Amino acid sequence: MSHLPISNIVLATGFILVLIGLWGMLTHRNILRIIIGFSLIDTGIHIVIVSIGYVTNGTAPIIDSALRPSEAASRVVDPIPSALVVTAIVIGLSVTAVMLAYAIRLYESKKTLSIDAFMESKW
Amino acid sequence: MRRPFIILAVMLFAALFAGIAIDYTERQSLRPLAANYVKRVPQELGAPNIITGILLTYRGFDTLGEVAVLFMVAAGVGLVLGERSLPRRDDVPAEPEEIIPSTELVQNGAAVLFPLISIFAAYIIMNGHLSAGGGFQGGAIIASGVMLLLLARPEYRIDHGFLGTTESLAGVLFVLAGIAGLIFAGGFLDSRMLPLGQFGAFFSAGAIPIISVLLGVKVGCELSVIIDRFRG
Repeated sequence: MSHLPISNIVLATGFILVLIGLWGMLTHRNILRIIIGFSLIDTGIHIVIVSIGYVTNGTAPIIDSALRPSEAASRVVDPIPSALVVTAIVIGLSVTAVMLAYAIRLYESKKTLSIDAFMESKW
Repeated sequence: MRRPFIILAVMLFAALFAGIAIDYTERQSLRPLAANYVKRVPQELGAPNIITGILLTYRGFDTLGEVAVLFMVAAGVGLVLGERSLPRRDDVPAEPEEIIPSTELVQNGAAVLFPLISIFAAYIIMNGHLSAGGGFQGGAIIASGVMLLLLARPEYRIDHGFLGTTESLAGVLFVLAGIAGLIFAGGFLDSRMLPLGQFGAFFSAGAIPIISVLLGVKVGCELSVIIDRFRG
């Protein structure tokens, strides 16, 4: 197979990014690196969602002189995943900000960022 | 000892994802729901950008909740990071940190770029209903400009009172616009409470540009506050 559809490539890229992030979260003991792993998972999921909305030969769902309203339904990509990803990006940013704030606090309490130093709530 | 389990977990996820990715076939046409949105946004709302129409009108309540999440994060980060300057009892009193000034290059670059970034953000926010853009994107650009300002002038103190007031005002107006939609049009945040105007014109698409501006101001203020909190 010589010609792979673009959305399959993007979908696979997103999944690989999720796996890299998962690997990073599980192997590293530094809290900042765990947060970076989380961000990678987040970004990978966004890429997966956007790729699912792609329609073959589709264009951006913005109607202008190049895209008449009558032909829009047959030529645009799915607008719903894009709208959902805007939401997801903002929520991802919020979660990252809260995690970084707690990382700063944890560093101040133990003067280390290694997760092995925080054993109090480990069962 | 831990590594084999990690490899196993990642491999299991990889197998799951591989199954999805291999079976996935690209869509040839829109799903019925998407086709419905694509047909209805230009007709009912008069907005050329279909995504903005979905975000600000059909899913306007969702967007309001999202802005509320951002507000809570700004407040939560402030709560977690606040009062950090108070010296703890068992600590040696910290010496006052001396602020390292940034280089002339960064300072002049920021002086040139900051107005341009602000204008670009205003453009992005105001064109949300016509072209790619909108409140969230423009707000993020405002915050990036504030970030540049803080990098160039570390001694600069952001006026939290001003940002908080602006942000609250935008939030109150946002909710009032939603209630106005309830009264004058079909539902909460319904943008058809104002005349739709000519399709594709700057003042068109009902209340979407106004809601977009409020959203942009609110997001810009909130992200600026979050960035400033991390400076300590």
